[in-house]
Amino acid sequence: MRINNYHKAVSLEDAYEVLKKNGQNSIIAGGAWMRLSSKEIETAIDLSNLGLDQIVLADNSIKIGAMATLRDVESSDLVQALGDGILCQAIHKIMGVSIRNLATIGGSVIGKFGFSDIMTPLLVLETTLEFYKKGKISLEDFLESKDREPDILLHIYLKKQDTSGYFYKMTKNSLDFAVVNVAISKTNNQFKIAVGARPSIAHLAQNAMNYLNGEKVINDEVISKAVEIAMQEFKFGTNSRSSEEYRSQIAAVYINRGLNEVNKR
Amino acid sequence: MKIKVKINGYNKTFDVNPDEYLLDTLRANDYLSVKKGCDNSSCGVCTVLFDGKPVPSCSLLTVKTEGHEITTVEGIQKDAERLSEYFGHQGADQCGYCNPSMALTVYALKHEIKNPTDAEINDYLVGNLCRCTGYQSQHLAIKKYLEDDQL
Repeated sequence: MRINNYHKAVSLEDAYEVLKKNGQNSIIAGGAWMRLSSKEIETAIDLSNLGLDQIVLADNSIKIGAMATLRDVESSDLVQALGDGILCQAIHKIMGVSIRNLATIGGSVIGKFGFSDIMTPLLVLETTLEFYKKGKISLEDFLESKDREPDILLHIYLKKQDTSGYFYKMTKNSLDFAVVNVAISKTNNQFKIAVGARPSIAHLAQNAMNYLNGEKVINDEVISKAVEIAMQEFKFGTNSRSSEEYRSQIAAVYINRGLNEVNKR
Repeated sequence: MKIKVKINGYNKTFDVNPDEYLLDTLRANDYLSVKKGCDNSSCGVCTVLFDGKPVPSCSLLTVKTEGHEITTVEGIQKDAERLSEYFGHQGADQCGYCNPSMALTVYALKHEIKNPTDAEINDYLVGNLCRCTGYQSQHLAIKKYLEDDQL
């Protein structure tokens, strides 16, 4: 990545004004994954001084500042207490402490990285994003959106509710990106299933969720059927980490295990 | 760009490019204990403390350190020397290439987690690769060092 100029924003409006001035201006977060990009930034805008690194309770949600580091989130008792701590588990498996001291939750979300271990649990935890101009939108809508208007991610809201959760990341070694990752939640007997690193960005298995949530009794047969439906709606691919076939088979196994696990709680 | 940063307690001013990484700035200014290994955040040998927290300097833009405090192993010399005695007793030292980053990481661990478990020590050291010794001797040395440090 090449950066021609650097601007440390003194306010959100200041950051936004610089951002919209030039299509090649860009917000930089922790910078942990910047080496993966070859893009050229005219002016890099740093939000470090704007107090966007707090994790607090607000409006029956856990409100996480976009500049909170992954280590901040992983170490938060509030986040740990939500959904059996699946977001903390997912973060904990990302490389080492040092990179997690650098990478921010906002940078990890806004990049829509296919390899993300964070997006998958966030999808099953009722996550809302707050932008400076666009306001609040759900994470699902953000992932579907093709909106390219310049904006600044401010906060990530996780709805505080009694949720059971499951997360599994399959990797070749502890420092690598996921071959595939699976997150499942159950809130008020409603299941959510997400699979990421397929290798494209995480998605919810909407058809499988509709089927499961329409069933009165959840038993082995119903879970097997839900896995079958999920596998029909997900598209898997091949890259240097794994083949399409291997990914899909691994995902099916861990969706099944995850559903069984959260169903018992 | 002129950047003012405190390194090992001393105020320094560097003239850097906006896309320059801290690792390159430090090495260009003779902080050679900060090693250049993988240059992509995987090996850990470029670790420094950024306001007391371990970070890979190969992935931290120097401009982001303006007004902050950076610590290299020279900044924790007494602690590093003490840890090296434990490494020596356990045979956890060979080429020494990973030692500065290992010492900084252990220093940060000591200040962040009191009485860490074996799992917490191992977790905290993930990303600090050693090609010589294997990790068992280092783990034993660090554990003993931390236990004695509590006394």
